[in-house]
Amino acid sequence: MPKRGAPPEVNAGSMADIAFLLLIFFLVTTTIETDAGLDRMLPPIEPPEEDVVIKQKNIFQVNINRDGQLLADDELTNIKDLRAKAIAFLDNGGAPSGTADYCNYCKGARDASSSDSPSKAIISLKNDRETKYGTYITVQNELVGAYNELRNREAQRLYKRNFTDMEAEFLNPETPDDVREELKEKVKRIQDLFPQKLSEAETSSN
Amino acid sequence: MSKFNKKKDAALPAVNTASLPDIVFMLLFFFMTVTVMKDSTLKVENLLPNATEIKKLEKKDRVIYIYVGKPTREYEKTYGTESKIQLNDKFADASEVGDYILMERAKKPQELQNVLTTALKVDKEANMGIISDIKQELRKVNALKVNYTTYEGDAFRNLQ
Repeated sequence: MPKRGAPPEVNAGSMADIAFLLLIFFLVTTTIETDAGLDRMLPPIEPPEEDVVIKQKNIFQVNINRDGQLLADDELTNIKDLRAKAIAFLDNGGAPSGTADYCNYCKGARDASSSDSPSKAIISLKNDRETKYGTYITVQNELVGAYNELRNREAQRLYKRNFTDMEAEFLNPETPDDVREELKEKVKRIQDLFPQKLSEAETSSN
Repeated sequence: MSKFNKKKDAALPAVNTASLPDIVFMLLFFFMTVTVMKDSTLKVENLLPNATEIKKLEKKDRVIYIYVGKPTREYEKTYGTESKIQLNDKFADASEVGDYILMERAKKPQELQNVLTTALKVDKEANMGIISDIKQELRKVNALKVNYTTYEGDAFRNLQ
């Protein structure tokens, strides 16, 4: 019996070709993920049981017209200034100290003619049917940004980290359960300090 | 002198390609991991706006997509240049959104039916009128959680 040599080596020369084939397949089918955006809740369609009376000073009215111009609290405003205005309104804390609505963490002007406290303050957003979607998103972004900035400030004060980080970690499914439980309370607490009350009225057609 | 001449007659050595498969595999794995399979062909232009305060849509199986935008060039002749709604692979009217949501919702497992999000992928040139109609329809079928899908970037670029 002839002595057997070492087993013949497998020819791997075409491996690169196979890999290239797969590579090209995935290259073609790839769409890089774009799925992120602004989360919003729509109001339920049934009107609330009783009419709630809201004081005019607790409403911050934002109107966008068809040309993308902005009317914030009856003043023509540049979109770039909207965030600062919204923050000033939310953080105002106009209720006098001693009353139930008094806001002890607000750092605003405490102007009696603006909002009483962050939990009372409502931002109402109205737009025209011909407003561009891009403009609408910019305005939404600025308003959500105003809330996030204030929440970050409180989260830094209470927990020494940003609210947006905490929320992202809380929403991430890879975060371990015990960490999430702990975060849940903190996130809830900050959210209660500055509840997001952003009402979207139905569009006007004129 | 002879020292230098010697090299000239030696044949050019072949480049070693033994590590080529490794490099290609590396690329392959990269694309395999970042790949998301497209589930419907877009028939509308879909250039999303930019925003900075965004949240990621974590779980794909809990999302229903609605696309809005101008019909692309090949559909321009039949559908015109006004913004249209695309549901799955078809153009649709705003009044069909409610049925579509109910149908998609029925396809999902029971435990997910209450936590669904509607992702609105809207071209930034679209008008708000069509969005308001969609929102109204969504409210009718009680699909209140929406996500305005955007790219991450400076929001003021939307205004240009």
